[in-house]
Amino acid sequence: MTRVTLTGQRLVALFLLGCLLLNFPLLYLFERPATVGDVPLLFVYVFVAWGALILMLALVVERADTDGASRGPGAGG
Amino acid sequence: MRLDGTVIAVVALGYLGLLFAIAYVGDKRADAKRSLIANPWVYALSLAVYCTTWTFYGSVGRAAATGIGFLPIYLGPTLMAVLWWFVLRKMIRISHANRITSIADFVASRYGKSQLLGGLVTIIAVVGIVPYIALQLKAVAISVGILLSDPATAESASSAAGSANDHAFYVAVLLAAFTILFGTRHLDATERHEGMVAAIAFESLVKLLAFVLVGAFVTWGIYDGLGDLFRRAAAEPKLAPLMSLSSVGGQYAGWGSLTLLSMFAIMFLPRQFQVAVVENVDERHLRKAVWIFPLYLFAINVFVLPIAFGGLLLFPDGRVDADTFVLALPLHEGQLALAMLVFVGGLSAATAMVIVETIALSTMVCNDLVMPILLRLGLLRSAGARDLSGMLLGIRRGAIAVVLLLGYLYFRLAGEAYALVSIGLISFAAVAQFAPVMLGGMYWRNGTRNGAVAALIAGFLVWTYTLLLPSFARSGWLPIEFLEQGIFGVALTRPQALFGLTGLDQITHCLFWSLLANVGCYVAISLFSRPSVSETAQSVRFVDAFSGAAAAPPIWRGSASLDELRKLLRRFLGAARADEIFAAYGRRRGWSARAPVQADAALVTFAERELAGAIGAASARAIVASVVQEEPLQIDDIMRILDETSEAIAHSRALEQKSRELEAATAQLRAANERLKELDRMKDDFVSTVSHELRTPLTSIRAFSQILFNDPDTDLPRRKEFLGIIVNESERLTRLINDVLDLAKLESGRAKWHVETFDLRDILAAAVAATGQLFRERGIGIDTLTHVGEALVDADRDRLMQVLINLLSNAAKFCESGTGHVELALRRVDGFFQVDVADNGPGVADEDQEFIFEKFHQAGDTLTAKPHGTGLGLPISRQIIEHFGGRLWLRSVPGAGATFSFTVPALDPVRVTPPEMRAAVRSSP
Repeated sequence: MTRVTLTGQRLVALFLLGCLLLNFPLLYLFERPATVGDVPLLFVYVFVAWGALILMLALVVERADTDGASRGPGAGG
Repeated sequence: MRLDGTVIAVVALGYLGLLFAIAYVGDKRADAKRSLIANPWVYALSLAVYCTTWTFYGSVGRAAATGIGFLPIYLGPTLMAVLWWFVLRKMIRISHANRITSIADFVASRYGKSQLLGGLVTIIAVVGIVPYIALQLKAVAISVGILLSDPATAESASSAAGSANDHAFYVAVLLAAFTILFGTRHLDATERHEGMVAAIAFESLVKLLAFVLVGAFVTWGIYDGLGDLFRRAAAEPKLAPLMSLSSVGGQYAGWGSLTLLSMFAIMFLPRQFQVAVVENVDERHLRKAVWIFPLYLFAINVFVLPIAFGGLLLFPDGRVDADTFVLALPLHEGQLALAMLVFVGGLSAATAMVIVETIALSTMVCNDLVMPILLRLGLLRSAGARDLSGMLLGIRRGAIAVVLLLGYLYFRLAGEAYALVSIGLISFAAVAQFAPVMLGGMYWRNGTRNGAVAALIAGFLVWTYTLLLPSFARSGWLPIEFLEQGIFGVALTRPQALFGLTGLDQITHCLFWSLLANVGCYVAISLFSRPSVSETAQSVRFVDAFSGAAAAPPIWRGSASLDELRKLLRRFLGAARADEIFAAYGRRRGWSARAPVQADAALVTFAERELAGAIGAASARAIVASVVQEEPLQIDDIMRILDETSEAIAHSRALEQKSRELEAATAQLRAANERLKELDRMKDDFVSTVSHELRTPLTSIRAFSQILFNDPDTDLPRRKEFLGIIVNESERLTRLINDVLDLAKLESGRAKWHVETFDLRDILAAAVAATGQLFRERGIGIDTLTHVGEALVDADRDRLMQVLINLLSNAAKFCESGTGHVELALRRVDGFFQVDVADNGPGVADEDQEFIFEKFHQAGDTLTAKPHGTGLGLPISRQIIEHFGGRLWLRSVPGAGATFSFTVPALDPVRVTPPEMRAAVRSSP
């Protein structure tokens, strides 16, 4: 039960983090002439942030998957 | 370079044939209970039906105009996926519990199974989705046009667009025919389509593969990698704005509203609801889908920017529509095979969307629009016992054709004026109108039907006014002055600057006003209207879906005949399926040969639910209501039933608790019973042993008495001998009886103890003196070794004496006469005084060492050897010693003597008054 609510809290935190990273005003920080291997920094940032979000999401839910094996049917939510 | 029309037709038809094959296999496997789609990867891929030609062709077009402005449409679903574990899981739970088959069903069901709401949602969905269908038609038509023409020449764009109209019509007809054949192949009108899901998942793979391949080709085939491509693009001053945020439409607000819009879309688009909720086979698939689906979105978007910039660099003069770059680039480079693959990818994106969307819409149209009308008109009631499942399918097929036709009409009316993405966004904004009533319905118990109706109407009207009508106006089908000056020239009514609100892009503008009206009406009217009985009941089922309230017993009162219900189900589901359902239900409920005549509440609810799977909750409710006599429930009744339910749950918890306690008590009782049985058995053993022991001396007494009695001539010595035996045996008998009585008293705790403080050394001396005669008779030596000065204990002097005499006489008895020697020792061990009685007799065999403390057990073979005692001495001694808190045990090596030891707790010397003191006290007056 504790594990499931913890996963829930992680997901909410991740959602808020995603809203922050992939939105203004943080996007403005990366709007500059700089490039990464000739690719504009803005493009690199958006895709890296996006990919990192997906990676963290996978880690959170897959961890809950192994830990929450004994979960009751009505838990979570 | 151009491709032959027949080749395109053959490839397209071949691809559609392949889809049929996959769907066929999927359905076969489903029938064989070896589901092809029961795995999280297939589920996640089927969710990717979200990526339509909008993604496949339109994203590049959008990127060519706004840079990363195309991205919010995919970031929104990613963010939503993070919350799926709460929101989508709840939707799935609710929908499966209530057999909900569409979004209209969901809304209608939540607000008291309202037919009005179901119809309203259906109308909004159909009108709202029509532009989206048009988008698919346009994209496929253009792609055919591009393939048939030569994009490198100047006239390509216009000719492609010009011929697109004709292509679009054929595409629409082909897709309609295909979807009708594909989606409604089965005669049973149930909600699940496993074959379709398998085909959709396959299509998702195809479009991803095609897009990634063309992206890789542009990046590394045409250009020399990402660095090279972006370096060249950076050299073009015209392209510089695209690399910043300045070209993103609407800036802050635009980015945010697109993200929000796509978050709603991924949840509430009818086709997303279909694949994510209705076709979900296992809630647990969601766990993996939560990250696989965003990963898919990520993968299909990686090459959007390279393709867009590649296209802009290659076709700088705008002759080629950016929406067609994906196809035009490989074609321009002469890669016909790749172009063909791209075409197939685009086709798969379009067909997947059209199939699922129109099936979802047709279900809604059939269940929530046509059925209620037929019911109102009384057409279904007069149809008698005719099987209506065929008619249901007919309605759905018609609905598919109508939706596609509307899509084509919209394409002809307004489609040409907009880019692909702009058309799609109109649909997204329409679907967003469902968000308040859906989310509110799942999390806010007080949302009412009236509030939901008002919210949907208000939101839809504002959407129509601010987004749909302007799209007609821009295409010239409405006077353009309407856009620029508002109605009758009143500036405040300008549809894209309503009440003078400017500075927002049209999507954000529409979203703001429509959601404001929507949420405002929903909340305000919900708070000021009273929910009906069935609304209250349903709201609990939805809001508390996770807390077990959904499993509460059905709230229904009335009577219905089983036969009527059966007839009803046969009409709508077909005879075979209805009978199967009833048989399964009967088996579950344990109906034996005969089913009851009257249906109870559970059965009526069950039948309604099954019916809801085919014709929607609202229609099912109305139809079931027509055959059962229901007592109207008052709101108080509902509240009472709900209270009773929660009370029942509390009671059941209490019962469980009680039952656990009972179980524990039972276990204790069982143990006690075992103990009693054991004791009973021991008592029986004891009685029989005692009887046996008593009989032995009695027998010998009687035998010798009889000899004396029968033979008066026995000589005196023999007579004396016999009388001696008789006297001995009588004594033994007396001893035995005394011991038995003694033991009985000890064991029952009725023995009297005379506890006093005395010195153990006195007892030892007294015991040695008492048994002195015995030792002397047998010629056995005895030594007493005292290792302590004073050995004060609290005990019963006579009882301890009894123990010592017993041990000493035992030792004397078992030692060899003449050579025997017994040693009596007293020492202090910790808090105890220990007395050892060691002999040099034959000892006790290992296996006997514990048994000799049992009653009537005597060491050695009692059958051959004459017993020396009663067999109760040691058990009695042990009882006595244990009573005083000591121990009695035996150490023995067979052949080398035995040592019996016992301990008695030493009296704390502090508490003992020294003898001098005692003397002093005694001497004082």
